[in-house]
Amino acid sequence: MKVTLTVNEKTVDVDVDDPAMPLLYALRNDLALRGPRFGCGLAQCGACTVHIDGQAVRSCVYPVSSVGKGKVTTLEGLGSVQHPHPLQQAFIDEQAVQCGYCINGMIMQAKALLDSNPHPTEAQIKDALAANLCRCATHLRIVRAVQRFANRAGS
Amino acid sequence: MPHPTLSRRALLKAGGSLVVAFSLGPMPAKTAMAAAAAPRSLALGEVDSFLAIGTDGTVTCYSGKVDLGTGVDTALRQIVADELTVGLDKIELITGDTLRTPDQGVTSGSLSIEVGGMQIRQACATARAALVSEAARNWKVAASELTTADGMVRAITGLRSVPYGKLVGGKHFALALDPEAPLLDPSRYRFVGRSVPRVDIPGKVTGEFSFMHDFRLPGMLHARVVRPASIGARLLGVDESSVKAIPDIVKVVRDGNFLAVVARSEWGAIKGAQQLAATWSDGSGLPDETRLWEHVRATQVIKDDVTSNVGHAEQVLPQAAAHLSATYDFAIHTHGSIGPSCAVAEFRDGTLTSWSASQATHNLRKQLAAMFTLPLDKVRAIYIEGAGCYGRNGHEDAAADAALLARAMGKPVRVQWMRADEHGWDPKGPPTLIDVQAGLDAEGNVTAWHSQFYIPQGVAGPVALVAADLADLPREMNIAPGGILNDSAIPYAFPNVLTVAHRLADTPLRPSWIRSPGRMQNTFANEAFVDELAIAAKADPFEFRTRYLHDLRGEEVLTRLRVFAKWQGRRAGAGTATGRAGASTATGRGVAYVKYELYRTYVGVVATVEVDRETGAIRVKHFAVVHDCGQIINPDGTKNQIEGNLLQTVSRTLKEQVRFDRSRVTSVDWVSYPILTFPEIPAVDIELIDRPALKPWGVGEAAAAVVPAAISNAVFDAVGVRLRSVPFLPEKVLAALKSA
Repeated sequence: MKVTLTVNEKTVDVDVDDPAMPLLYALRNDLALRGPRFGCGLAQCGACTVHIDGQAVRSCVYPVSSVGKGKVTTLEGLGSVQHPHPLQQAFIDEQAVQCGYCINGMIMQAKALLDSNPHPTEAQIKDALAANLCRCATHLRIVRAVQRFANRAGS
Repeated sequence: MPHPTLSRRALLKAGGSLVVAFSLGPMPAKTAMAAAAAPRSLALGEVDSFLAIGTDGTVTCYSGKVDLGTGVDTALRQIVADELTVGLDKIELITGDTLRTPDQGVTSGSLSIEVGGMQIRQACATARAALVSEAARNWKVAASELTTADGMVRAITGLRSVPYGKLVGGKHFALALDPEAPLLDPSRYRFVGRSVPRVDIPGKVTGEFSFMHDFRLPGMLHARVVRPASIGARLLGVDESSVKAIPDIVKVVRDGNFLAVVARSEWGAIKGAQQLAATWSDGSGLPDETRLWEHVRATQVIKDDVTSNVGHAEQVLPQAAAHLSATYDFAIHTHGSIGPSCAVAEFRDGTLTSWSASQATHNLRKQLAAMFTLPLDKVRAIYIEGAGCYGRNGHEDAAADAALLARAMGKPVRVQWMRADEHGWDPKGPPTLIDVQAGLDAEGNVTAWHSQFYIPQGVAGPVALVAADLADLPREMNIAPGGILNDSAIPYAFPNVLTVAHRLADTPLRPSWIRSPGRMQNTFANEAFVDELAIAAKADPFEFRTRYLHDLRGEEVLTRLRVFAKWQGRRAGAGTATGRAGASTATGRGVAYVKYELYRTYVGVVATVEVDRETGAIRVKHFAVVHDCGQIINPDGTKNQIEGNLLQTVSRTLKEQVRFDRSRVTSVDWVSYPILTFPEIPAVDIELIDRPALKPWGVGEAAAAVVPAAISNAVFDAVGVRLRSVPFLPEKVLAALKSA
């Protein structure tokens, strides 16, 4: 079957054998995106997080056939090395990465928080990221990066 | 390869000498042509193994040490840029490719800068001296009249200069690495000692960085392994009809007890592996989890390793005025990389190429060659960065899986482990049991210290590959837990000390090294027991430690820590808990110290914790750290590593233990093996001691070693109970409070 997806403002068709296939595999293998990552396949760690219509979802368990007309945004949809999104720039400025495997989820989950609450408290940031796991333990910098974005000039 | 190059042999043939071979004049075209195809040296004693300078001045650095997510790629560039006096933007770095990079050993033990980086620095120094000599000869001046800057040799006075690229002329150096080549004076460093931003971070926060997991080859198939239902189980039967309905499946591969599903699509392989009906023999070789420590204590001891022996500890102990003894244990742990292991392999024209995130591609190459009975030169292992790696996790096993399947399929195969594969089948940090006793005289001075460690036997070298075992292919079935003897001896000059490791014949699950292997467990017992002695001696734990340290750098760390942490002089445990009266929580502080492996990086830490007497929950609120790793290459990178060490080890100390039944690991996801989450993180303040004139030591592990004891000591300070069993789960805290 053919599934039509809108990903990072582009409309693409993906051939899918199984409508239950999680969105993650379409993004990574059919669309060659690298932002969303496989971490657990169980919606436990957050490495696969993308936005559908602005909501953070775990693409490793989200059936591709359930996306429908939802607009999918991945890490690549926020910005690039040449033109990083200010939130991505805040992560660069805070050097808020060790291995970086989880960082997609941190940025996408934080973005969803910041979109609804532009000036979260430290406790609100930690609560919003409570189900995103980082094994290198970069937590302190990740919190600082989100705060840096929230406190940037003009925000 | 960046540019055509000349081999040493070609240079010798053409009349060059080893020392200044690249200073040859024009070479006969034929020789140069032949030489262009010749391989570069990979020997550790050759400059060419580490460095090439292109005609455009690009410096290519070849490193056997790889970046495991620590930022070492950036740090190595800083070292090269300074030692060669070139810009950071002139440097290309190639790492972990057995065809192109020297074997600098496993990327482990916090040695990438300390050993690997220093080999590279010395190669750079050798090259820089040779470049200066070459220019001096060309210009017929003394080398002392020349210097280097910005990728050029130039006269100290005057304007004369020549770019490195022109001097090298696209050739190899063909130069022995000179261990005495003078190093640049640290006052001339432009990059070392500064917080140069990491080169990989912009790509990692935008999805442009390519991890191992993103690597694809044309025509590549996807596979998932189906592991035995029990450890040691035999595969009795496979019903392939159980996956017939999945159109993408290409083949179910069975090789002995190795079983995998190969498909055109990744999801097809995943579904196939989930649905494949296989029958396994029973297995029940694991001990009763509830009696793990009895099992460890009852395991056959095959030898004793005495790691220190001063005086006559065993004879003196019975005469002590006060005798203390305690048993510490540290649970089995998993690595828990956020991205499960992943590898791609291809057999083509009799050659196996393996792409993986292995921390030891040269060792992996040897293991794969043995496994498939191939000559070493028919195997190439290439590193691509994966998720954070804290030791020997599943990467090498995934590489063996992929190679076995690539051979079976005749096409490139990608294997990605699922979460349960990683938690269930990565090699584990072995259980560690420690008995320690000490004596005090009437004045509270330590008279003797005697510790006994019950830890698995071990050999140096790689961990056996799961696929080779399951498929019964040639392999060495070594127990290789890493250097777990380290820091079993202590940094304190007590008059009588005996530290002995009883090496056990076996351990329940395949062991390997996990960040600060042994050092973390051993330092837990040592530093918590030192705290017990300080309390018994009615001494302040800082003062008690420094009394026996006799180590100026160690004393400086503790002296500075005492100030930095605003330590209040206290008799530990003597009613100093600071919790509000009537509240269920109590706050306490504890100190711990390590001189890593007793010869390098010094760390002192003060932990502040809050203990809830009603729930038994421990919250680590704060760490104050003083850290001396000698010359600091990148201060912010160093802090990043220290923060990671501390918080990862808080997770290990408070929450983590591998769960198992008699046949398998049962903690196979993040619910059954929970780790630290954002609401639980402590604040951290770090004071770095930089010693630019000294050699740099590792920073990837040392700060992990002090965490469990610092927390244990702080908990005692808060509520007066001693936690001697990691993890410090709430039920253990409650039980300790109840029996106190």
